[in-house]
Amino acid sequence: MALSRAASSPSRAALLKPLAAAISSSLFRRPISTDTTPITVETSVPFTAHRCEAPSRTVETTAEELVGFFRTMALMRRAEIAADSLYKAKLIRGFCHLYDGQEAVAIGMEAAITKKDCIITAYRDHCIYLGRGGTLLEVFAELMGRQAGCSKGKGGSMHFYKKDAGFYGGHGIVGAQIPLGIGLAFAQKYKKDESVSFALYGDGAANQGQLFEALNMAALWDLPAILVCENNHYGMGTAEWRAAKSPAYYKRGDYVPGLKVDGMDALAVKQACKFAKEHALKNGPIILEMDTYRYHGHSMSDPGSTYRTRDEISGVRQERDPIERIRKLVLSLDLATEKELKDIEKEVRKEVDDAIAQAKESPMPDPSELFTNVYVKGYGVESFGADRKEVRAVLP
Amino acid sequence: MAAAVFQGFGASTALSLSKSFDSKRVKLPFGRSLSERRASFVVVGSDGRVVLDSSRAQKLVTNAVATKGDSAAATSASKPGHELLLFEALQEGLEEEMERDPLVCVMGEDVGHYGGSYKVTKGLATKYGDLRVLDTPIAENSFTGMGIGAAMTGLRPIVEGMNMGFLLLAYNQISNNCGMLHYTSGGQFKIPIVIRGPGGVGRQLGAEHSQRLESYFQSIPGIQMVACSTPYNAKGLMKAAIRSDNPVILFEHVLLYNLKERIPDEEYVLSLEEAEMVRPGEHVTILTYSRMRYHVMQAAKTLVNKGYDPEVIDIRSLKPFDLYTIGNSVKKTHRVLIVEECMRTGGIGASLTAAINENFHDYLDAPIVCLSSQDVPTPYAGTLEEWTVVQPGQIVTAVEQLCK
Repeated sequence: MALSRAASSPSRAALLKPLAAAISSSLFRRPISTDTTPITVETSVPFTAHRCEAPSRTVETTAEELVGFFRTMALMRRAEIAADSLYKAKLIRGFCHLYDGQEAVAIGMEAAITKKDCIITAYRDHCIYLGRGGTLLEVFAELMGRQAGCSKGKGGSMHFYKKDAGFYGGHGIVGAQIPLGIGLAFAQKYKKDESVSFALYGDGAANQGQLFEALNMAALWDLPAILVCENNHYGMGTAEWRAAKSPAYYKRGDYVPGLKVDGMDALAVKQACKFAKEHALKNGPIILEMDTYRYHGHSMSDPGSTYRTRDEISGVRQERDPIERIRKLVLSLDLATEKELKDIEKEVRKEVDDAIAQAKESPMPDPSELFTNVYVKGYGVESFGADRKEVRAVLP
Repeated sequence: MAAAVFQGFGASTALSLSKSFDSKRVKLPFGRSLSERRASFVVVGSDGRVVLDSSRAQKLVTNAVATKGDSAAATSASKPGHELLLFEALQEGLEEEMERDPLVCVMGEDVGHYGGSYKVTKGLATKYGDLRVLDTPIAENSFTGMGIGAAMTGLRPIVEGMNMGFLLLAYNQISNNCGMLHYTSGGQFKIPIVIRGPGGVGRQLGAEHSQRLESYFQSIPGIQMVACSTPYNAKGLMKAAIRSDNPVILFEHVLLYNLKERIPDEEYVLSLEEAEMVRPGEHVTILTYSRMRYHVMQAAKTLVNKGYDPEVIDIRSLKPFDLYTIGNSVKKTHRVLIVEECMRTGGIGASLTAAINENFHDYLDAPIVCLSSQDVPTPYAGTLEEWTVVQPGQIVTAVEQLCK
């Protein structure tokens, strides 16, 4: 499902929008997934800027993109819910951090960038991996520790990577991915790639020293790095106001420009990321704070209700849910019928179920896989720990 | 002539030497054909083992006619190679690699304009620019992380810790990201980073600047550790570390930077996993690395005068251990003494003792003796500092005890 489509000039859009609406309502139902006439939408909340000019609230999109958003977000949501049931069925073990509620961030970001741009995040990475082009089979197989997984079953939930699509993980120690992200940006500047790196972190990790160290370096050398704080307001069980003296994460870069974005609005996220990419390529780092929310607890071992009320969770779900927002937008712009959207959801559910069934069939890794990929075969020696039990292997 | 010199690496059997050698068949470690590498050479012994021995190399280059006896020193008339100090050897290796591959870059505190706190990167910033020889702020955790992130995309950074002890701040990055990413990504990413810096007990530098980090890093899966001790192996190991696709930690020693030695003019790269035979012998195997090599050699002089014949091996590769060389030595001498600068508890010596006991238990005539530094923070006072590390006198006593 192609997610990004460039929009043409606003004047054409203004002309075509009523025309298109007129056509659709009076004549035939045009195929929902292929229409690329531009549509302009206003974001629900304006951007708040720190040390920079906020981008316009008017976002250009197309029917194809909007329906694509709906489909992919529904896929992500379904995949996360399925992961929830798999975890409860003890097929997924260890830590499983679910992203449902935050899908708009992943989708909006993908819509604004290319696969040459890099994304790196911490452990809440399932949906970002899907956004980068990962398949459902790879996701579920990796979660269940099977061979067909994206990291061959050796990484697990917190270690999804997709090098060919510029997705650098997938990291367990929160905050450590920020210097790595700055390193990605450094390499892009070194190789003169004209691409940018997005380093995602949460409101909890925003208090790590490494962030400020990395920000200092990125600003010093004008690296094309964009730091994205996915502020879901809770660092595991600690609310943001209990952990940070200044919860205005977009301002904490001080000398680095920042932008606060409504993270439940996929189009706002898309606009912000586009703006950030242009900024980073010209002027160096920028911080984006995505105001978002997670419905599940921090991970599957956290019920998520001991530090927040159920009313709060259901309130956000009713008022700010990203998928509902897109659904309402699509229906109001008459881009698809209620039934078509429901069909998409059914389709997506089936896709997820199929992927799970296929993943369940994938075998566990071979015992010999324990020792592969510890070292790259450089000078031809395979090491089995600190000392080699076998006579040194000779080069071919 | 027991050894043959040819441009190649790793003959698989001894027999191949006696047959006519097809140089085109030999595959070099870095994938270039032989014809491209005119300038390099490597020595392969008659038993098929590759030996990278400067004295033998020199002998073979200068004496085109039949060699005269066993004198290791070449004639003074035509001394091949050039003399330099250890930090210059490191710099030469680094510069050659930067010249060869534009993806190699250096980052660290004061490596650029200042030239490096131990002058290893002197002059490189003017030659290669500020981005390639990057002066970082004092943020070890982050710039090591930055180096690792850059390595994930294909760059080959060399991260310098001004003192190895500072790298403790980057431990999370080194352990979790550097060591493990190749594994947890199922082989997708390789991290060809080199982390280097001086460590060890210096001259009254105080406890926090006299740390030996090899023991802390040795358990990290996925990294390789090497310790250099002479200008020859410093340059060779530096080049090998840069060319390796695995993360390598190169341990240098603060007190060894001004060692002078004659090294070959030709380009050479040493193997990262190999130990160096410093002095062959019969009675006891002394395993050591870095600065303690010199204490051992000093003790060896005394021991030889007393009639002992110690075999001294500089293990060089701290992770993984070269159990092949070590094992062959143990099989010959049946007695092992380990002399190291690490702390007693959990040091390299402790791991090596366990490894040798596990693998070569049948060949040992006596328990392994391990001489290490005391388990104390290094004191400032000179006399106390002297007694935290192993002294030659203690080595002599230990050998005498062992060979009783």
